[in-house]
Amino acid sequence: MKKIACLVIVAFAFGMMFSTSAFSARETIIKIGINAPMTGDIPKVGEGSKYAAMLWLEDIEKAGGLEVGGKKYKVELVIEDNESKAESAVKANTKMISQDDVLAIVGPQSSKQAIPAGEVANKYKTVMISPWSTNPSTTLDRPYVFRGCFLDPFQGPVVANFITDEFGFTKAAVLYDVASDYPKGLAEVFKEAWEKKHGPGSIVAYQSFTTKDTDFSSQLTQIVKSGAQVLFTPQYYNEIPLIVRQAKDLGWKGPIVGSDSWGSAELVDLCGEACYGLFFSTHYAAAGAKGATKAFIDRYNTAYGYVPDDVAALTWDALLLVQQAIQDAGKITGKIETDRTAVRDSLAKIKNFAGITGNMTFTEEGDPIKCAVIVKINDKGEFEFYKSSCP
Amino acid sequence: MEALIELVQFILQNLINALQRGSFYAVISIGYSMVYGVLMLFNFAHGDIFMVATYIGFGIATLFLALFSGFLPGPLIFLATIVITMFLASWIGVFVEVAGYRPLRSAPRASAAITGLMIGIIFETGILILLGAKRLSFPPLMESIAYNVGGVYFTNVKVMIIIISLLLMLALHTFIQKTKWGMAMRAMSYDFLAVPLMGVSINVIAPLTFAVGAGLAAVAGILYGQAYPILDPYMGVIIGWKAFVAAILGGRGSIKGAALAGYLIGFIEIFVATIFPSTLRDLIAYSIILLILTYRPRGFFGMEHSTKLRL
Repeated sequence: MKKIACLVIVAFAFGMMFSTSAFSARETIIKIGINAPMTGDIPKVGEGSKYAAMLWLEDIEKAGGLEVGGKKYKVELVIEDNESKAESAVKANTKMISQDDVLAIVGPQSSKQAIPAGEVANKYKTVMISPWSTNPSTTLDRPYVFRGCFLDPFQGPVVANFITDEFGFTKAAVLYDVASDYPKGLAEVFKEAWEKKHGPGSIVAYQSFTTKDTDFSSQLTQIVKSGAQVLFTPQYYNEIPLIVRQAKDLGWKGPIVGSDSWGSAELVDLCGEACYGLFFSTHYAAAGAKGATKAFIDRYNTAYGYVPDDVAALTWDALLLVQQAIQDAGKITGKIETDRTAVRDSLAKIKNFAGITGNMTFTEEGDPIKCAVIVKINDKGEFEFYKSSCP
Repeated sequence: MEALIELVQFILQNLINALQRGSFYAVISIGYSMVYGVLMLFNFAHGDIFMVATYIGFGIATLFLALFSGFLPGPLIFLATIVITMFLASWIGVFVEVAGYRPLRSAPRASAAITGLMIGIIFETGILILLGAKRLSFPPLMESIAYNVGGVYFTNVKVMIIIISLLLMLALHTFIQKTKWGMAMRAMSYDFLAVPLMGVSINVIAPLTFAVGAGLAAVAGILYGQAYPILDPYMGVIIGWKAFVAAILGGRGSIKGAALAGYLIGFIEIFVATIFPSTLRDLIAYSIILLILTYRPRGFFGMEHSTKLRL
């Protein structure tokens, strides 16, 4: 039903475009595609993307259109459901590019869909920004594909900087799962970054365990003995409670710091007060947000009745990036291929873009260099914005 | 001198860690060993019985803490949780025997062994369907207090786990050596063909053995919940296999051996992980065990005749 309605709207929009262009002298409409999982496994992600996009459109409409090179253009959103499936995401991208003539695409969110959909976007030379996909393959060797979030390994240097600036420590310990890609990669990157800062041997304990282990006492005994001042453990939220408790029981007194894999609401349920006061890095934190981030959260909350999650915030930033890129392009020629390339070129040149999830500058690969948010688990067990940390 | 003190501290610290870990292997492996002694088969569902028992313990502990934490002293709630959970879990053991093994008593041994695996999978997926994939956190039944004695850290929970496990094994030993039921079990493990002719029914002794094994697993589960408070439906698999290794190493059917081997595995695991990278832990630990078994195929206290009979 929704699909039909969507199609009708799109068809109607088409009709409008033809009719207006037939009468008045070629008024161009800027169309932005949203490729999101409105149904399927993660409909909440799709909903967040759509709501953020609608708020953005509201702003544009309030301003009477998008101003490019001194002329105001009407903006339309084309929202396509990818059903949280790779093939549907590809289909949605193909349709938006070839039939709807979108200028740029925001989405898909998950790497599972963003990787194949990015292939299509790149082939047809259309800018695509995936706000949420953290897999390197999404943007790798694809000049037209960008992302709005940092890559997993990027958190290593960020956390190393944060610990150094915040506590002034020089000796760190790492505890990680050697049989799992994400923690292993992150532990290695952290070690490298830390040793670059504090010299070789400044990682005084580099201890590993294997997936499904529940007893870390021998590793933690060595970590405590090593004289480390801080423990970095990029593990998942179900392992953190065990690590934290056992560390404290073995006499660990220093801070324990983690990465975005900690960021599940279940963490505090499982860990309780033992985890209060600990830090981890992530994309965005709702509690304790300030400035533009807080303004967005409040607006979203008023409009839709709940606090937006990281997907909504990252989608919002992606749309503002698209907007900035279009404006930087300087003019809309009406020839869609030319315009798409112009938008791509100006997007790649964006520097120090002030987003609500941090400042961004794009690299050659289309991955942003941006600051991560350091979250502190406060005394109420909430994930509270503590500070922004940059690489 | 200072280096020596540090070394002693380090060894003592790991010793305490190993005693805690070993206690779980010991208590769980006794369940394997007892069933083997009586029925000459390994109950491969035992690791999952331990898991189900832990979930039951979780339910009882949560309920009791909600009902009584205001006016009953903590240790009493702890004790009540253990007793009630043991009682309920022993019925799980009886159920496994009656539904799973009894119909297959005269079937080939391989069928019975596979039945155990099936029951284990049924328990895992059953819990998954019933409670979902969300992990649960076992509520602490006593406040954890950390002590530092001469640079060696331990908590009251750790000490309690070790003491309760030892007491439990002592109680079981007394039960088997001093009571009539215990004597019947011993007799059954000695000769399961002649003893039923003397009026001791295998249909009573077998479920009793399963019940005792499951009761022990229940205590292990509650203690495990205190030490490692994250519950998931597959938590019994790995610990079950390691306890099974302990039962073999201790000598099939020997309770004393199972307990000893459980502690030994705990020690080997902790000390190997301390000296070598943790990736080598299981490799080295189980190579040592393989070596022991090569020279003592019957384990520490395996009975002479047991190899002739079955499996």
